[in-house]
Amino acid sequence: MLHTVNKSPFETNSLETCLGLAKSGSDILLIEDGVYAATVGTTVSVRIEETMKSSRVYALAPDLKARGIRPDQVIVGVQLVGYDGFVELSVTNETVQCWL
Amino acid sequence: MYVNRRAPHGTIYALEGLEVVLIGAAFDQDVCMVFIGDGVFQLKKGQDTSDSDIKNFSPTYRALGDYDVNRLYVERESLEDRGLAGGDLMELTWEDEDDDWNEKPSIQLVSRQELSDLMEAQDVILNF
Repeated sequence: MLHTVNKSPFETNSLETCLGLAKSGSDILLIEDGVYAATVGTTVSVRIEETMKSSRVYALAPDLKARGIRPDQVIVGVQLVGYDGFVELSVTNETVQCWL
Repeated sequence: MYVNRRAPHGTIYALEGLEVVLIGAAFDQDVCMVFIGDGVFQLKKGQDTSDSDIKNFSPTYRALGDYDVNRLYVERESLEDRGLAGGDLMELTWEDEDDDWNEKPSIQLVSRQELSDLMEAQDVILNF
């Protein structure tokens, strides 16, 4: 299943709830304000690193760029995708859950 | 005092808040701005929306100095929780007419305790 998270992890519990319910092997895509969760040295970066042991975590590159987050400020292992990658993830997964 | 608590692009709060500050300042209100929580992301340097088809209003913060909005308080704890430091923020300045128009930094990093005291001293506080 593809999970998309579009809210900042510092403002809502969307990411935490998503990660708590996502099965191993899930694709988790961070978009919009959700991309702040992909940055290094935050209060949630360890949580993302743990998740990547069993699932894949992606972040939408245009949304990182819009927020002034450089690729070297992204947690190692988080894969950057463009809109084409977003579409690819949407069609390769049977279901998509948007954690609005 | 305008308190900015939201990240810049996911919602309209940051842009609308900034516009209200500029309008208020144009009417000679004595205003200051506070950035706490996700609001600190508004001042992150290097924002570039060219790939996402949304308005990049971050350069507008540079105009604040010309409107005599030269006290931008950023809470240090909020930066640290988000893996950021003062060097990750835009360099915003104002020209001090009482000091030969010297350029001075507008952003001041303050502790939560200092911010609490600043808020207590205000007549009006608006949140965005």
